[in-house]
Amino acid sequence: MQKIYFLCIALFFSQIHIDAQNCNLLFKGKITDFHENTPLTGASIRIINLNKYTATDLEGFFEFNDLCEGKIELEIKHIVCETKRITINLEKNLFKEILMEHHLEELNEVIVKNNTKTATTSIEQTIKEEVIENYTDKSLGDALKTISGVSSLSTGTTIVKPMIHGLHSSRLLIINNSVRMFDQEWGDEHAPNFDLNSSNRIDVIKGANTLKYGSDAIGGLILIRGKKYAAKDSIFGKSSISLNSNGLGGNVNTEIVKTYTSGYFGKFQTSYKRFGDFKTPNYHLTNTGMQNFNASFRVGYNSFEKGFEAFYSIVNNNFGILQLSHIGNVNDLVLAINSPEPRNTENFSYKIENPKQIILHHLGKIEAYKRFKGLGKLTVQYDFQINRRKEFDLGRGNRENTPVIDLRLFTTSLQPNLHIDFSPNLTFDIGMLGRFQQNNAVAGTRSRPLIPDYEKIDAAIYTTGSYHIDESTEINAGIRYDFSKIDANKTYLLADWKKYNFDQLFPEFEGEIDNTRIDTHPKFTFHNVSASLGFSKRLENEFTLLMHYGLGTRVPNPSEFFSDGVHHSNARFEIGFLNIKKEIANKFNISLERSNDNFGFIVSPYYKRIKGFIQLIPTGITTTIKGAFPVWEYDQVAAEIFGIDINLNKRINHQFDYLGNISWIQGNNLTEDIPLLHMPGTNFSNRIVYTNEKWNQLSIGIKNTTVLRQNQYPNYNFFTFNPSTQQEVFVDISTPPPAYSLFGFSASATFNAFKKGSLKLEFNIENILDVSYREYLNRFRFYADELGRNFNIKIKINY
Amino acid sequence: MNSTSNLKTIKLLAILFISALTFTACSEDDHDDHDDHDHEDEVITTLNYTLTNGSDVVTLSFSDPDGEGGNEGTYSISGPLKANSTYTGAIELLNETESPAEDITEEIEEEDDEHEFFFTSTVAGLAITKTDADGNGNPLGLETSLTSGAAGSGSITIVLKHEPTKPNDGTSTGAGGSTDLEVTFNVTVE
Repeated sequence: MQKIYFLCIALFFSQIHIDAQNCNLLFKGKITDFHENTPLTGASIRIINLNKYTATDLEGFFEFNDLCEGKIELEIKHIVCETKRITINLEKNLFKEILMEHHLEELNEVIVKNNTKTATTSIEQTIKEEVIENYTDKSLGDALKTISGVSSLSTGTTIVKPMIHGLHSSRLLIINNSVRMFDQEWGDEHAPNFDLNSSNRIDVIKGANTLKYGSDAIGGLILIRGKKYAAKDSIFGKSSISLNSNGLGGNVNTEIVKTYTSGYFGKFQTSYKRFGDFKTPNYHLTNTGMQNFNASFRVGYNSFEKGFEAFYSIVNNNFGILQLSHIGNVNDLVLAINSPEPRNTENFSYKIENPKQIILHHLGKIEAYKRFKGLGKLTVQYDFQINRRKEFDLGRGNRENTPVIDLRLFTTSLQPNLHIDFSPNLTFDIGMLGRFQQNNAVAGTRSRPLIPDYEKIDAAIYTTGSYHIDESTEINAGIRYDFSKIDANKTYLLADWKKYNFDQLFPEFEGEIDNTRIDTHPKFTFHNVSASLGFSKRLENEFTLLMHYGLGTRVPNPSEFFSDGVHHSNARFEIGFLNIKKEIANKFNISLERSNDNFGFIVSPYYKRIKGFIQLIPTGITTTIKGAFPVWEYDQVAAEIFGIDINLNKRINHQFDYLGNISWIQGNNLTEDIPLLHMPGTNFSNRIVYTNEKWNQLSIGIKNTTVLRQNQYPNYNFFTFNPSTQQEVFVDISTPPPAYSLFGFSASATFNAFKKGSLKLEFNIENILDVSYREYLNRFRFYADELGRNFNIKIKINY
Repeated sequence: MNSTSNLKTIKLLAILFISALTFTACSEDDHDDHDDHDHEDEVITTLNYTLTNGSDVVTLSFSDPDGEGGNEGTYSISGPLKANSTYTGAIELLNETESPAEDITEEIEEEDDEHEFFFTSTVAGLAITKTDADGNGNPLGLETSLTSGAAGSGSITIVLKHEPTKPNDGTSTGAGGSTDLEVTFNVTVE
């Protein structure tokens, strides 16, 4: 409450001109609450230029006597309201009704407070702009790892997918500027096509009412948001450059924002990133460079009653993929696993050759809102996305420029949402979603498409509500219904179609048979119900207790349905099944939090029970002309995942702070009574930071991150026969690598180099001790070590 | 004030226009119809290893006409090899998912420096040596010479490596690279 009051006071004044002529005019008025349409008592009204004060009476009325003709500027304040200022041209006696807004969360939209949660009952953690800036040349997955309970699934160095509580890809929703991202996110090696530099704030939501965004946030939700800008006449921006010794590359980023008193604003941002081959402590990783270009712009108009925003972003990624990860068969895999260091490591180069991924992602949206007196706020959002993914492989002949995978995914949706907030203690959201998605396996690749052509229609309706039981207690509940329809066209090998028994299960999908192939038209319809229930209680001493239950349902993704073929970076045959059913999860989260600079913490245990958990596991071996391949098939089991995330901050003295976090997780396959595959190992980090505001905000920090070996893993190791050496060979694809511990250093200082603006210099070292290590959740852990030491310099200018 | 909001409107329209343009551009750049399934021109479906000793011709064949997945491939060995003889060996690789079948052997010849065949045998006294070379004078293995010893039986394994280290120690494991082909035939020497 007090904060609000300070914010009210903080609003500054502007000057006006008056001509003193007729000076006996009467100005009467009434102050009314916008939502409830009730009079506001005790609001203070001030005519700024005359320095005259009055207050509203019990009916909300006020009056000023003996005013002169001309402009008057009024400032109206009420204890729980956003201070309002209006200008009136007074020519004769006047009566005016003035509407005031008293909702706190709306105020926060205008003046961003960094510690505001998405919802009071939400179990979430936020990455602020300062942290995002530190990761300017890294990926979303790297930045989110700073949050306990978040790890990443990576493919080499540059392709990093965020993972919440051991779940990733289709089980995580990434919401970019209120648009749910669709970028072939089902793939383990498909990184989110999003540039960190285009965002101002990222929330990781582990347990909350996220029904507005979808029914399938089984792992959690990542909410990427832009800033709301204050309505004042201003132009500002920032630019940064970051340079790294490892990979001999970096990033340049610039953004510029223009705002107007009228409420209009515009922002343009662009960044370019380039790296060459990265280096482990002992060798270069050939063909691991990357190139990224990103641009985004926003324009909009914000006022209390209405507004709109248009957002558009384009991301172009070009990722080189470790050359040695392209392997032929299981014997190549064994060779890679057993050799301590990759063969044929070459010298540093910026060249990005095959194998590589080139991805272009467009995302656009238009959103508009209007408030209705005594009801609430209606928002309508339209968005579209186009994702074009091309993957190139090592091939014979002149096929270097022919992709082996070429997919174009188009998604468009329309989402109206009505936020009803006329009652001070009870708010509702009612919304709908209509979405159309089309996947086009673009012709011209030299292999059978991994994912077939399909069209998908989604429709959903949801309602959520929040109720303040008292000043410190809130409950939140919601329910959502989803309808999905998938209509695909896929050519199967006739022998496979029969082998998987699809001819018996799905005769209605069968089309023409052409020699060894069969055209099929799989069609699926799903009806899903999901729900959410949350509770929050503010306790004494800045303690908060949060509880959340969620019921989530996920429709199988295209790879779970349709995969069939060799996946070369893994030397395995992957098979999806048309008879895979939807996945249903029950999630429980509790969080006890204390928000305090001297000693604060978050202790957050969770338990998830998933019915029909879809996993890809090895089931046998198949022999092709290339030799033997392990066969991995999608299957469904009952699963449970539980664990605890702890964050801690302690002020040692006024210059030293300690920050620590730990996360522990256990995943079980209940059907077979074994651990789940690829659960992150227990990890913790400790950081000590020295800050001195007087010395140019000098900050020096040392950080240690330790990841323990994952001892809970399913054993899918097997033997294979190598005909060249005439030996049975052990294929160890399961054993996790040993624990590792890394140290990092960071230092920064800010200088007021310009009249209006500042210059910040940063120096960082990652992996100070140049430790050679491998990470269980890197798909390339069979082939090469993780990165060695890196020196980084960043220069940031705010203006 | 009015001019500012006009300016805003113009800016907004400009942006919408650009978005729409990009949108349509992207929608059209890759328009295709899906009548044809893709040609799997990378696939090797058939290996023929023809061994000739005068009028004695022995062919070792592996054929998987529908490629990876689907039906498993089949082996055919036309007959036994004669003991204590020397055969000239020639390898032919085909992609029979295409019609007419595509000759992959030519592609290997064109990129001979990026490929190498490796031959191993468990038959006592049987040895296979590569008689051809790539542009750099390193062994290739499309053409070979097979010498048989005493009668016996066992297997011959043929491996084709893509981008191996060249020159290498003569074994497929030592050469590295990725395996494009690995087929084992059971043979008899009489």
